[in-house]
Amino acid sequence: MSAHDRDMDCDELVELVTDYLEEALEASERARLEEHLAGCDGCTAYLDQMRTTIRLTGMLTGREVPVEGREELLRVFRAWRSGSTS
Amino acid sequence: MLCTLAVEPSSRAAPEHDAELVQALRAGDETAFMELVERYQAQMLRIARMYVATQAVAEEVVQEAWVGVLKGLDAFEGRSSLRTWIFRILVNIAKTRGVREKRSTPFSSLWSPEGDEPAVEPGRFLPEGDRWAHHWADAPTSWEGVPEDRLLSAETLARIHGVIEALPPNQREVIRMRDVLGWSSREVRNALDISETNQRVLLHRARSKVRRALEDYLSEAP
Repeated sequence: MSAHDRDMDCDELVELVTDYLEEALEASERARLEEHLAGCDGCTAYLDQMRTTIRLTGMLTGREVPVEGREELLRVFRAWRSGSTS
Repeated sequence: MLCTLAVEPSSRAAPEHDAELVQALRAGDETAFMELVERYQAQMLRIARMYVATQAVAEEVVQEAWVGVLKGLDAFEGRSSLRTWIFRILVNIAKTRGVREKRSTPFSSLWSPEGDEPAVEPGRFLPEGDRWAHHWADAPTSWEGVPEDRLLSAETLARIHGVIEALPPNQREVIRMRDVLGWSSREVRNALDISETNQRVLLHRARSKVRRALEDYLSEAP
């Protein structure tokens, strides 16, 4: 509770960035964080970096090397299909 | 190789296409099923592997999960997204197998963040005793001046990929689902049956490490 009474520190903010971006902070915490941001270039840059990090991670394709077992699964599917249509 | 596919098959796998996809599967559309397999198989294997002792058992779990998906298809109501539903089936089967193997660690610990992992090295902040203790000693600098070409270069993306691959499995899977594949927080929680807090802490740690690696990389001369 005492944390609410004082200004936020930079090393506290960096741990709350995800909660902030996920909109999981209580209103009072969010206000403290935004108040800190307004006066801190370092943390403003940090938050921007985090947003850029998320954007760039989203550029990865997510496509993966196919794994073994496709034929087996195709058999499973065909067996299911013939079972379900009969 | 999968990479030679001219058309990205993912579009059909996004939740907004679920109804279409489920209809195709129910109609016995083999291509739709194999698209789904290609999209999720590797991810399913990695997640199953977290619950069971060997790769071979993980493969059986995944196979069993697909059977469960097909059998359950008629009952799928779309209350969750299709992918959430598929992974929940997988996780349930993996847990059952894991229990049978009498594993020693509880499943809840698989997704609970352990220990303390500061997002930023403590040395970047001013020490106790300083007038500005806990504020930046070495503040991050804006990336606004970094050309978009460099940010989006294959090399930068390869760095990010490398960091994610090296993460602990729970952090790796959560950041992949959230930030690479674009799952919502709710989808991830429901798919993996984990708490909102655990999901967020794992995501936080993963993102913080990716940011740190990017900061190192982007501070090098291009």
